[in-house]
Amino acid sequence: MTDHALQTKAPAASQNDDSDGMSYLESLPRRLVTLYLPLFIILVVLLFPFYWMGLTSIKPDEQLIDMEKYNPFWVVHPTFKHISKLLFETQYPRWLWNTMYVAVGATTLSIAASVLAAYAIVRLRFKGAEAVGVLIFFAYLVPPSILFIPLASVIQAYGLFDSPLSLILVYPTLLIPFSTWLLMGYFKTIPYELEECALIDGASRWQILTKIVVPLAVPGLISAFIFSFTLCWNEFIYALTFLQSTPNKTVPVAIVNEFVDGDIYKWGSLMAGALVGSLPLVILYAFFVEHYVSAMTGAVKE
Amino acid sequence: MTTLQTSAPAQAPTAYTPSLWARLKVNRNWMAVWFMLPAAAFLILFLAYPLGLGVWMSFTDERIGRTGVFVGLENYQWLWDDSIFWLSVFNTLLYTIVASAIKFVIGLYLALLLNRHMPFKAIIRSIVLIPFIVPTVLSAIAFWWIYDSQFSIISWSLIKMGLIDHNINFLGDANMARGSVIFANIWRGVPFVAITLLAGLQTVSPSLYEAATLDGATNWQRFRFITYPILTPIIAVVMTFSVLFTFTDFQLVWALTRGGPVNATHLMATLSYQRGIISGRLGEGAAIATAMIPFLAAAIAISWFGMQRRKWQQGSNND
Repeated sequence: MTDHALQTKAPAASQNDDSDGMSYLESLPRRLVTLYLPLFIILVVLLFPFYWMGLTSIKPDEQLIDMEKYNPFWVVHPTFKHISKLLFETQYPRWLWNTMYVAVGATTLSIAASVLAAYAIVRLRFKGAEAVGVLIFFAYLVPPSILFIPLASVIQAYGLFDSPLSLILVYPTLLIPFSTWLLMGYFKTIPYELEECALIDGASRWQILTKIVVPLAVPGLISAFIFSFTLCWNEFIYALTFLQSTPNKTVPVAIVNEFVDGDIYKWGSLMAGALVGSLPLVILYAFFVEHYVSAMTGAVKE
Repeated sequence: MTTLQTSAPAQAPTAYTPSLWARLKVNRNWMAVWFMLPAAAFLILFLAYPLGLGVWMSFTDERIGRTGVFVGLENYQWLWDDSIFWLSVFNTLLYTIVASAIKFVIGLYLALLLNRHMPFKAIIRSIVLIPFIVPTVLSAIAFWWIYDSQFSIISWSLIKMGLIDHNINFLGDANMARGSVIFANIWRGVPFVAITLLAGLQTVSPSLYEAATLDGATNWQRFRFITYPILTPIIAVVMTFSVLFTFTDFQLVWALTRGGPVNATHLMATLSYQRGIISGRLGEGAAIATAMIPFLAAAIAISWFGMQRRKWQQGSNND
C-alpha cells in the first residue's frame, strides 16, 4: 500500500544490479577487510549451528562425550545409528506425517480463502473494501501467544482437542492475512482491461477469477504457498497446547517433549530429529528461493 | 460494466426488467459477501472470537475442566502483587529491546555487505536466509546442545584457547541464560532483517552514489544522506514486525529454558502458558496474555503514525 513507488522502481534497479558501480575503485586488500572478512564471520556464525546439528547426528556416542580424545569439530567413524534409531524405533515418521498433513491442509485451505478474499478486495471494490483490507492487515499482527488460551477452550468446545484437524482449522488465522495481502499485491498488477474484455464477452466473475486472474498470478500463489507452508511447519504454541497424545504430535512439539529423558546419550537422536525435521523445508527453499524472498519482501513492502 | 452485463440478455427491444435475483447475482456487494465468506469465517471463528473470549476469560476464575465465574479484576490484582509477573514483564522488555536493536544493527550491516558486488552473490544471499527457514524449535534444540553445561563446544573452545578454566553454565545462571536466549533470537532474526532491507537497498540507484562521490561525499555521508533516507520506510515496517514477533516470542525460550533458571528467562508468553495450561488456571493465564495487548497496540500505533507522517511529508497518495 505504501510503497508502490519502490515496487515500480524495482525492475529497473535489478537490471543494473550486476553492474560494478564504483566497486572497481576499491583495491583487493581493502575489499578483503571491509567485505569478505566480516561476511565470512557472519556466515560462519549463521551456519555453525547447522554444521553442529549435522555433525552430532552422525557422531558415535563415545565421541560425543569424550572431547579430549577426539577433536569435537570432526567425526572419526560416522554412524547412522541415531538416524536409523529415530526412524525405526520412535514414532518420528508418524510425527513427520502429521506435520506434513497439517501443513498441506492448512496451507491449501488458506490459499483458497485468500484468493477469493484478495480478488474481492482488489477487484470487486465492494462497499468497505478498504476497511476490510486494513482489518485483515491487523489480523496479521495478532500473535498466537495471546490467543492460545481462549482457543484451547474453543477447540475443546468443538470437540477437536488432541486432533490434527484442530491445527488445520486454526493455522489459517495465521496464514490468511499474510497470503491475502501478498495476493492483493499480485492481483493489482494484472491489467484491469483483461477483465473488462472478459466481462463484455459474458464471463462471470467466477470464470474471470479461475481462467484469467489465477493463471496470471501463479508466481504469487507459489510464493504464498511456500511461505505459508514454512509458517505451518514452524508453528509451535498451538500444536503444543492442542495436541496431547504422543502419536498425534507434530515434529517440533515431539522433539521438545518426547526426547527429553535426562539421558546424556539423547543428543545424537535429538540432533538427528532436528536435522531430519529441517531438511524438507531447506530442500523446498532451495528450489524456490526467489519465490520465498519475494513473499517475504512483498509482505513487508505492502 | 455491471449495467452492461445486466442488459445483455435483453436483446428484445421490449422493456426488459431483470428479475430481482438476476440483479442480485451481479451486484458487487452481494458477490463480495460470498467471496469474503471463507476468509471471514476463519478469522471470525478462530481469531476475533478467541480474542474477545480471552479478554473475558481474564475476568473469570476459569480452570481447565471447570467453567469460571466473573471475578472482576481479581486476576489483575493478583498479578499486580506478583513479583514473578513483573519479572516476566521486565524480561520481555529487555529481550525485545536488546534483541531488536542488535538485530537491526547487524541486519543493516549484513544487508549493506550483501548489496556489494562479489562473486557467488546469489548463492550467498540464499544461504543467509537458512536460519530463518528452519523451524525455530529445531534450531533452538541445536543451541541447547551448544549451550550444554558439560559438553558445550563454546566452553571447550574457550578452554582450549586458554581464555577460561571451567565450563560456562550458559543456561543455569540467570544473566547468562538471558544473554544466551537473546543471542539465539538475534541469530534467527538477523537474516530476516538483512534480506528485507537488502530488497530495499536494491532499489537505490547506483548513480546517486556516483554523483555524491563526485561531489566529495565520504562513505558515512553517502550512507547517512542517501541510503538511510531512502530506506527509512522499509526499516520502519521491518522493525515493527521484528519487535512484535520478538515481544510475543514463545517457542525459543520454551525450547531452551522453559522460563528457568528460577523464572529468570520467563517471558510474558511463557508465563502465560505456565500458569494457564500447565497449572490449569486459564483465567490467570488469559490475564497475562491480555496484559500484552497494550504493549502490542503501542508498538503498532507508533509505527502506524510514523508511516502516516512520512506519507504526509512526501505527499504520496499511492495505493
